[in-house]
Amino acid sequence: MTSDLDIFVGNTTLIDEEVYQLWLDGHSVAEAVARRLRGGVLERAGTSVAVLQSDTRDHYRTFQMLERLLHAPPRLLQQLLFQIPPSRQAMLVQRYYAFEESFARELLGKKLSKGTKKDLDEISARTGVSIKSCRRQFDNFKRVFKAVEELRGPLADNIQQLFLLPPPLARDYAAVVFFANSRFETGKRRLQFLTFGDFAACAQHMMLHWTQGALAPEAAEPDGDVPKSFLQDLKELKVLVADKDLLDLHKSLVCTALRGKISVYNEMEANFKPLSRALVNVGGKLTHARDVRDFFVDLVEKVIEPCRSDKWSPADLRLFLGHYTAAPRALPAFRHQALWERYMAVITACLLRMYHD
Amino acid sequence: MPGKLKVKIVAGRHLPVMDRASDLTDAFVEVKFGNTTFKTDVYPKSLNPQWNSEWFKFEVDDEELQDEPLQITVLDHDTYSANDAIGKVYIDIDPLLYSEAATVISGWFPIYDTIHGIRGEINVVVKVDLFNDLNRFRQSSCGVKFFCTTSIPKCYRAVIIHGFVEELVVNEDPEYQWIDRIRTPRASNEARQRLISLMSGELQRKIGLKVLEMRGNAVVGYLQCFDLEGESGLVVRAIGTACTLDKLSNTSAFLPACNSPSKEMKESPLVHPPSHGCRSTHNSPIHTATGSRLTQNFSVSVPTLIYTGMGSGSAGKEGGPFKTLLRQQTQSALEQREFPFFTLTTFPPGFLVHVGGVVSARSVKLLDRIHNPDEPETRDAWWAEIRQEIKSHAKALGCHAVVGYSESTSICEEVCILSASGTAAVLNPRFLQDGTMEGCLEQRLSWQPGFFSIGSEKGEVDFFPQSQDSSSLLGIEEASPPGCGFCHIPYDELNMPFPAHLTYCYNCRKQKVPDVLFTTIDLPVEAIVIGKGCLIQARLCRLKKKAQAEANATSISNLLPFMEYEVHTQLMNKLKLRGMNALFGLRIQITVGENMLMGLASATGVYLAALPTPGGIQIAGKTPNDGTYEQHISHMQKKINDTIAKNKELYEINPPELPEEIIGSPIPEPRQRSRLLRSQSESSDEVTELDLSHGKKDAFVLEIDDTDAMEDVHSLLTDVPPPSGFYSCNTEIMPGINNWTPEIQMFTAVRVSRLSNINLTNQTLNKNFNDLCENLLKSLYFKLRSMVPCCLCHVNFTVALPEDELVQIAVTAVAITFDKNQALQANKAPTEKSQQRASTDNEDQLQFPLELCSDPLASQPFPPAKEVLEGASSHTGIPAAQRVMKSQSGSWFTAGTSPEIATSIDYSSFADRCNSWIELIKLKAQTIRRGSIKTTASLDKASPLAEGYLRHRSVPSCTNSTVSVVKMTPLSFLPGAKITKYLGIINMFFIRETTSLREEGGVSGFLHAFIAEVFAMVRAHVAALGGNAVVSYIMKQCVFMENPNKNQAQCLINVSGDAVIFVRESELEMLPVQPSTVVSQPTSSGGDVTT
Repeated sequence: MTSDLDIFVGNTTLIDEEVYQLWLDGHSVAEAVARRLRGGVLERAGTSVAVLQSDTRDHYRTFQMLERLLHAPPRLLQQLLFQIPPSRQAMLVQRYYAFEESFARELLGKKLSKGTKKDLDEISARTGVSIKSCRRQFDNFKRVFKAVEELRGPLADNIQQLFLLPPPLARDYAAVVFFANSRFETGKRRLQFLTFGDFAACAQHMMLHWTQGALAPEAAEPDGDVPKSFLQDLKELKVLVADKDLLDLHKSLVCTALRGKISVYNEMEANFKPLSRALVNVGGKLTHARDVRDFFVDLVEKVIEPCRSDKWSPADLRLFLGHYTAAPRALPAFRHQALWERYMAVITACLLRMYHD
Repeated sequence: MPGKLKVKIVAGRHLPVMDRASDLTDAFVEVKFGNTTFKTDVYPKSLNPQWNSEWFKFEVDDEELQDEPLQITVLDHDTYSANDAIGKVYIDIDPLLYSEAATVISGWFPIYDTIHGIRGEINVVVKVDLFNDLNRFRQSSCGVKFFCTTSIPKCYRAVIIHGFVEELVVNEDPEYQWIDRIRTPRASNEARQRLISLMSGELQRKIGLKVLEMRGNAVVGYLQCFDLEGESGLVVRAIGTACTLDKLSNTSAFLPACNSPSKEMKESPLVHPPSHGCRSTHNSPIHTATGSRLTQNFSVSVPTLIYTGMGSGSAGKEGGPFKTLLRQQTQSALEQREFPFFTLTTFPPGFLVHVGGVVSARSVKLLDRIHNPDEPETRDAWWAEIRQEIKSHAKALGCHAVVGYSESTSICEEVCILSASGTAAVLNPRFLQDGTMEGCLEQRLSWQPGFFSIGSEKGEVDFFPQSQDSSSLLGIEEASPPGCGFCHIPYDELNMPFPAHLTYCYNCRKQKVPDVLFTTIDLPVEAIVIGKGCLIQARLCRLKKKAQAEANATSISNLLPFMEYEVHTQLMNKLKLRGMNALFGLRIQITVGENMLMGLASATGVYLAALPTPGGIQIAGKTPNDGTYEQHISHMQKKINDTIAKNKELYEINPPELPEEIIGSPIPEPRQRSRLLRSQSESSDEVTELDLSHGKKDAFVLEIDDTDAMEDVHSLLTDVPPPSGFYSCNTEIMPGINNWTPEIQMFTAVRVSRLSNINLTNQTLNKNFNDLCENLLKSLYFKLRSMVPCCLCHVNFTVALPEDELVQIAVTAVAITFDKNQALQANKAPTEKSQQRASTDNEDQLQFPLELCSDPLASQPFPPAKEVLEGASSHTGIPAAQRVMKSQSGSWFTAGTSPEIATSIDYSSFADRCNSWIELIKLKAQTIRRGSIKTTASLDKASPLAEGYLRHRSVPSCTNSTVSVVKMTPLSFLPGAKITKYLGIINMFFIRETTSLREEGGVSGFLHAFIAEVFAMVRAHVAALGGNAVVSYIMKQCVFMENPNKNQAQCLINVSGDAVIFVRESELEMLPVQPSTVVSQPTSSGGDVTT
């Protein structure tokens, strides 16, 4: 006697968090049943495999029906089909939009296009995240990207509103969108030591200080872009390294301030000029799309790696960057103080975040 | 022109994309009532249109108002081709037609399409202005209230219970009309939905008219069913109980904290009465007849079969003078009625005097085309015939009424089995007479005021026989104690309708009781039960040859008696196996298919204190000399005995031991052993009718004479008890559990299984069917494991045989959690609270102008009751009481305590949990100290409720969501809540069809989505009425058909229930004095609209 049809519908929709996670992780019903068996649910509940199968299938069906609604979480709240307590709704959304950082790390800076989707198998193999789960996460990124692409105002807030995500998750999504938009290179070998968290933090700093939304929330341009005018202005900063007098003055100011305060004073003094050049030029190059891609590569190659080989401690770097940023205030010939600080705030934050092994 | 219907279309949301090019929709709405149609403007290019229409006004007769549904169609405007339908909403405006119910329907309704399911939502506001119609010859019956609930609804009081009302209307089924060949499936489905909607409106109106004729104002226990007779038509029929109800207007009076809970108790059917005294009479098991009449000119009459024993025969001669008197009175009250039937299953205390047993009748009919839909005489005649049969069976049991009455059909091709069943009973005539009993029938569980007074009076009666005169003066002819009175046999002992085995009531020792009692009603609140109850099912399949027409009908009617007999035997054996002696809520469903018949009986087994302890089950071998065989037999016997012992422990059945000398009954009380061996024929007078029953062998001796019998025994033992923490029953209340917490989960589960068609024999079929049911139950327990400890209540199985080898089982039930810790304290809580309760009770009693509100009560409400209780636990008045006093030993403790645990109620709560350990210790100390106080503990089970609820305060209600929460339950109440208003009946019929079955996830995906949609539509309608729950919810029909080859499936679902507003007990107490105002505008989400 085989059951052709086997369903259970509760007035309050039953949701088993364990099965939900198995579903999200992309397991088939059979795999999910096997895993649940291993989890020992049979022993605890004293039931049969058939019951477990039927239960798992039921949940999977429910999730499949819910998935359409999960694509637009506000609809989940308004829909009448499933009666789900608010706390459970929040759980459903949160888990559905949660992603593996290792997967997201791979995807950072890639175009969220069909081409990329085709390469998901590779990423799946590399990260150990199942292909189904990869697809869901990819689709989530893409959906969020599409939804907020043209919206004004702070990215994270928009995402939070449209997808009802908890703030930290919304901020991570904002970072993903930001990267997808700016297409920074993150895949280079020398960048491999950086985690998703590092990049997300950098993106957040950039959005916070550099984008239009940071200055005027009602600004006309979408938040994902750093405004062209700002990037154009950054060229002005080159004067700091191009003008020999300014450069020397800057160096002496920083050296005076740091003397005796950092352990790598000599190395710093010796390397000040190349460091300063690197720091300023990173910004100067941002107007060209191709150079934008190299933003993180440059920072790592020209700042982090030299410092690391000279054994700077993070505290040293912090101190140095602090004084390095502050010093131009005392340079009478330098007129781009505000721009400089807005620029350096992000560079400082990024470097400090990225300065680890 | 006595009514004006006003409709406003506000907005839509989440509409489907109808224009692929733009990914948008140009939606507009048609509003249709009767033959008038209005349209809104087209709202272009939006999936969330804001029509904000004017008020569309329909001026209509109230007859039309009752019959017609309001039909709202959402369409997509298309300039070049025909407009595409998006979907429809049917709104039954009946709830707006009586004054106390809803005043406006306003909210978001799912837009439903029979092919695509729910497609977005629409916000609608509906109002009705009714003008008084003075026309005495009117055809409408506006104002008659309908309730699905099979008890007197919570916030009403029954002034008079008038009795049975029935009606049926027939029509051609649009699905089978010639036009169906050329129209789309959608058009055909919609025609069908609309027709059924119309027919149920008409049916309701006609029943309403009958009620008005009887001078009633309400129908309670309204059950409406559809018979899809295929080619021969569509029958919509309904039965119900006409009543005159009075609204308990002063809801606020109950509000003060100390009062409301007590009121509440009356409302929550979980409540059991305290155990008060018991005395008197007798009763019986099942009495069934299987008549089979075929079409008018062809009639095979199967001799009437009566269970357990025999003889349908003549009514017993009247016994004592009391009985005669009673009978005369009742007769006069019931005589005028054609059918003294009541669809109620729960009654006000005192209403049921005696219960005779189950009566049922079936008849096999051949369907032929209904020629004239306006005169549905054939169908009427069929039912009249069956009802007549039921009536005569009841008579045979010495009863004048049938309670817990229901009717059903099973149709396969042109054969139809009509079934009716109920419980024969003797009723208290005073409840049936006009006017005499004002205020007598409080509510169904009107147990506190009325209850206490009745209880205590009975107590007195029992203890001081001389006072009996006074009691009969008061109108209770034979003061049968409420705790056991209903168990006493109504028929005459010397002229029994069947050979029951009678003993003196174990409770009162005065009247005779049968050894088992089967009923279709809920456990009366006053019943004294020991231990917990459990769901008992008998399952049975019988193959039959495929045949045509009359041959088919004949073979079915030949099989029926055997099925009934076997079902009964199974029930009996399973009951014994659980150590129980009574079944409540018995429902036997016989389903006919192409090549088989299936029988499924469900009931809740309990141990009634008034009935004798059931004997065990004895296995007898055929060849006693064979050594190994003998060994095998004894092994099985041991297994059975172990199971019984285990079950007794599981269900906490520890009846007090009765020393022989105390019993002192003139009927020698057989020891269990000897009783087992005695064959029934020795002890009973055989009536000369056909006896298909156990003949020479005792019902509980299983003779293993062939492998079949062996299988039967095995199958007996394969029923697995629910996992720990789970209980199940098919009645409203689970005896022995009383501390419910407010968490409920209503669900529907459906399974369709294909039987392997090789080697189909009755045995393999039985096994398959049994496994199917058991596995279904198992999977329910697994799904709901997070709710443990919990009880599945009102478990309702329906079996269908949609095709040759397919079996479909649908289950609807509600899981209710309860507080385990509380159970331990059940004894204690009441004792502590009794004092404070006393005052409340007195106040309550004043509201209850009952005959029995005699003086001793007012001054000292408890002492009499206490005596009663002592009587209950001791069984023979004073000597026993002394015995109790003397022995405070452990053994007494267990024996004496269990009944109280079983019957006392305690709702309380979480707060207690933390204290429970300490309290438990205290409790123990107390119990020991108090010795005989045990009785007090149970007598005011009233009180714990109150306090329990007080502590419930912090129950979180999930109301943050934009969609208001609507609870659904098949029960008539919500644990931990008080129903403040009934908003009207919900009766909905949906068809869903698909031509892309695989794409929708196969049959499971299709049906899963459909049932979820049905729930959603029910909730939306309730929310639009301003309600927050559906009680007495039932899925009456779920007809599923598939054609996988064509990738098609179709399903019809019919559901009903009562829309209500409830308030959590905890909230209720926090509100100031006027709760109803707060509640009355709760949920309507279209709040932006006003007139």
